[in-house]
Amino acid sequence: MTQPSLGITTIKPIFIKDSDVGLRMLVLAVISLLLIFTDYKFREMDVLRSGLTTLVSPIQYVVDVPPRMMEWLNRTTADYHVLLEENEELRGQSLVLQRKLQKMTALTAENIRLRELLNSVEKVDEVVTLAQVIGVDPDPFSHELVVNKGSNEGVRVGQPLLDASGVMGQVISNSRFSSRVLLLTDSRHAIPVQINRNGVRAIAVGTGLTGELQLLHLPDTADIVEGDLLISSGLGGRFPYGYPVATVGEVRHDPGQPFANVKVHPNAQLTRSRQVLLLTSREQPSVKQELNEVLEQAPSDSVNENSAEAL
Amino acid sequence: MVGPSRANWVIYVSLLAALMLSALPLPEAMQWWRPEWVPLVLLYWIVALPTRVGLGTAWVLGILLDVLEGSLLGLNALALTVVAYVMLLVYQRVRMFSWLQQWLFVFALVALYQLIVHWVKGTFGTTSLSLMFLMPALVSAVLWPALFMLLRGVRRGFNVL
Repeated sequence: MTQPSLGITTIKPIFIKDSDVGLRMLVLAVISLLLIFTDYKFREMDVLRSGLTTLVSPIQYVVDVPPRMMEWLNRTTADYHVLLEENEELRGQSLVLQRKLQKMTALTAENIRLRELLNSVEKVDEVVTLAQVIGVDPDPFSHELVVNKGSNEGVRVGQPLLDASGVMGQVISNSRFSSRVLLLTDSRHAIPVQINRNGVRAIAVGTGLTGELQLLHLPDTADIVEGDLLISSGLGGRFPYGYPVATVGEVRHDPGQPFANVKVHPNAQLTRSRQVLLLTSREQPSVKQELNEVLEQAPSDSVNENSAEAL
Repeated sequence: MVGPSRANWVIYVSLLAALMLSALPLPEAMQWWRPEWVPLVLLYWIVALPTRVGLGTAWVLGILLDVLEGSLLGLNALALTVVAYVMLLVYQRVRMFSWLQQWLFVFALVALYQLIVHWVKGTFGTTSLSLMFLMPALVSAVLWPALFMLLRGVRRGFNVL
């Protein structure tokens, strides 16, 4: 061979020292466990996580390219007649909605007048931001989405997420360009609701199954029947009042159980919606002010944190 | 050492591709059939180049995966480090394994990975009790030979030694 022979060559290590590996494994494992514990226990890690998420958000955007390409392909190759039909359908829908809206103005005015008569707080309308779902949690055990709006667009942790037909979930963490949303059906999620028909309150918790929630601690005598609409009750202050959450699917009364077994199905299309709305609710002023005054007098500042965590 | 044989970027690109594949949205019914891309690609590189890809790579990769999945920070890092450690102990034997033995071994390793993730999740939160979480290990093992050949082809093509 023509290769010149070198006097001294560094020999490429073929084997690695076993003792070394064991020690390094142990150190890294301990660091990981410490990280897990800190992340679980303390909120301060959120800053680090949000920074790291900003770092990997390009991956999320790139991963979303194939579905978006498909969508684009579908749109560009769509049949002229199909588009025409769809257009007509949308026109009709818009007409129906506009008719409802005409009624709404009158009803809203009436509502405000009645509230004034009752001396109660005036409701403030919520502001929405349009967002797009760019990612779904690959872990089948957790129901989470990633949307393409982050802290740069003013998204905050705790903000509710809606689609056209109902509440979807809430923001649990965000980076600069994207946010992570916990869906209603996740087993870690719960939302205060009330029956639209009669105002009976309950808490709907996720079961971890897609398309199913459960109502907790609803007495057997509660007036609830199949098909009842559940709306967000606004209690707890995270989800504003009045948005449709779920429809009652099955009510079972087991004499051996202290509470009724109620299964409900979320109204929002949790697994299908791509266009979503992030809700920014302006808090009702008087209650918030009162709360702030109380909090200022109280020595501990953790009340707010706790109430947020309890949700 | 310098030279064309130290094409680190090939390793990084393949690991990045694994991260992307693991974040790719799948239809509801397919969720259980997703192979564990990141452990698989990591395992390949450890078998091929144990002096260059090891525990450090596994740990950093795990952190990135944690952030991407939104899981507890350190969860995947821990699982990947342990799996990488086991592979580092026996990589010389694995090179001699027949396909059947490799299948079984990869299945065991990915199952170990899943198990650690599942344990930690169970300790610090709620997860379901079903054994379905082992499904990806099976899919990963089935996919292993194809991935092994592919990555070996890439490695030889780019002359990564």
